[in-house]
Amino acid sequence: METLFFLIVAAIAVICSLMVVTNKNPINSALSLIMTFFCLATLYVMLEAPFMAAIQVIVYAGAIMVLIVFVIMLLNIKSEAGRRTSHALFMGISVGLLLLVQTWYLLVKSSLSSVRGTVDSAMISKVGHTELIGKSLFTDFLLPFEITSILLLVAIVGAVVLSKKKL
Amino acid sequence: MDTIAIPAINLAVIAPEVVLSVVAMALLLINVFVKSEQKGYLGYLSIAGILGTLLMLIPAWGSSVEGFSGTIIQDNFAIFFKVIFLISAAMSILITDKYLEREGCNQGEIYPLILFATVGMMLMASGTDLMTIFLGLEVLSVSLYVLAGFNRNNIKSNEAGLKYFLLGAFSTGFLLYGMALTYGATGTTKIAKIASYIAMNGVSSSNLMLVAGMILMSTGFAFKVAAAPFHMWTPDVYEGAPTPMTAFMSVGPKAAGFAAFARVLLVALPALKPEWSSLLWVLAVLTMTVGNITALYQQNIKRMLAYSSIAHAGYILVGFTAGNAVGTAGILFYMLSYAFMNIGAFAIIILVGKKGEENSNVSDYAGFGYRHPVLGIAFCIFLFSLAGIPPAAGFIGKFYLFSGAIQAGYIWLAVIGVLNSAASVYYYLRVMVFMYFKEPTEDFEWVKLTPAFVLCLLIAVIGVLVPGVLPGLFLELAQKAVLM
Repeated sequence: METLFFLIVAAIAVICSLMVVTNKNPINSALSLIMTFFCLATLYVMLEAPFMAAIQVIVYAGAIMVLIVFVIMLLNIKSEAGRRTSHALFMGISVGLLLLVQTWYLLVKSSLSSVRGTVDSAMISKVGHTELIGKSLFTDFLLPFEITSILLLVAIVGAVVLSKKKL
Repeated sequence: MDTIAIPAINLAVIAPEVVLSVVAMALLLINVFVKSEQKGYLGYLSIAGILGTLLMLIPAWGSSVEGFSGTIIQDNFAIFFKVIFLISAAMSILITDKYLEREGCNQGEIYPLILFATVGMMLMASGTDLMTIFLGLEVLSVSLYVLAGFNRNNIKSNEAGLKYFLLGAFSTGFLLYGMALTYGATGTTKIAKIASYIAMNGVSSSNLMLVAGMILMSTGFAFKVAAAPFHMWTPDVYEGAPTPMTAFMSVGPKAAGFAAFARVLLVALPALKPEWSSLLWVLAVLTMTVGNITALYQQNIKRMLAYSSIAHAGYILVGFTAGNAVGTAGILFYMLSYAFMNIGAFAIIILVGKKGEENSNVSDYAGFGYRHPVLGIAFCIFLFSLAGIPPAAGFIGKFYLFSGAIQAGYIWLAVIGVLNSAASVYYYLRVMVFMYFKEPTEDFEWVKLTPAFVLCLLIAVIGVLVPGVLPGLFLELAQKAVLM
């Protein structure tokens, strides 16, 4: 039952992400992207990561997509005219197929042995997913967490420098 | 509710990064109150910040301190690279001011952005957790995207920024995917723990997930250091970006990419050495050959130096493939001398250039050697060093890189490297032929030298000649900084 549900959600995610790049109308692409984000959020729920799912919906499908749609409206991007060259399409498909075969080989031939972490579903239901993430953010990953603030500052400064009308 | 036990925070480990970030943020604030003609003073302030950071690093030499529950380390390896980053940032800042004035994009934000990029590089060199390395790389990359497109009125600069951004974001995806697979295979992102997990559980090349992770991470890093076949962005970005930023980009970030690459491969994944050394072998040969052969055909000198910087990444990959102490010391020594010779060469290019990136063809250098004898000699020193001709530092660096490869048994790799190095002499000498043996087509304007430029060129010449003539001291430092 769970496998079936996973397959359905995964299929929708793949189809929607394909639609993001194949749609000619940018608004349709943006809407497909929202759908992909929702599918990803569902996958997070299935992995027992409810906090990630909520963040995925609120931040990505909510805030960031609103921004993208706004940008599309403000820039008044028209539907893309004409088809791209079949040359690039051919290259893309062949490289993609090659990667697919490699991945398949990887899955079949290799022992995908991995480590079992300390966090399991019993622990998540007892302690709570949000608390677990918070704990590791402020203990093990304190420094990367702080570096993110510098990263955001640089991005803001960069956006202003590149796009402000008069400096 | 139980309390969270905050792990020991060792602020001394990240003190240089903190100081530099604080200086950068302060400059952002000061910038608002500075008149547009006086933005150059911000450059001096940022150099003061860099010197302060350097002074903090020197006493730390010789010790190895970890901090923040093993996400960052300050060891000799990190300090050596940090000094390279700081020197290249300071030298680039020295030549920035005049260029910006000429191009009419005199905005003070460039200095904080350079400093933030330097902070990112420092985090990459000292990060011992894949997350720290990744975030350091992102801080560096985001600053570089902006710096490449900083000249907003120049369409080529816009193209450079956008192209770098799109391709850089794409390559970040590879890097992150590789890190995710490595995490999946070993259950940790800490570099030391990855190594101990692999050693304890006997995971090796049989676990293809780990191998795939290694390959994808290598792809990400190879993009950042502009190794073929991931070099396509380099010529366009280097040509379009403002020249001082091209100088900065071709040295600092390349060194940072190699630093993080070395730490991941040599410390975290030594068990996969047969796999990654054969991968790097191919990368090194491709990078050297593609870089040198394409550079032969370039007319624009910035493009020529872009391809030459690809070739230099190839030489460094030779030392990397060897993976032994001599090769790694060679990488460190070469990165240091490359910083001086490349930034020096770009400084001359800025001096010869005119507004709108004109005068940057090789043929524009006709007669330059007679009009400006001192600058001509300086340029020749840099070009000789790039070509690897003694007594310049470039020769010693290449010597150690190739002898490292020979010690490790990669005779053919060293042979290909030397052949490539010989081919590269052609296009460096071609510039000198134009400088000394061709009649100038138009009159040279008398180049206005500012004290900052003279200082930068002086540092560069000393930095090329002293390690070239007296390599012992610098090699000893490099050998002490080796990871093994």
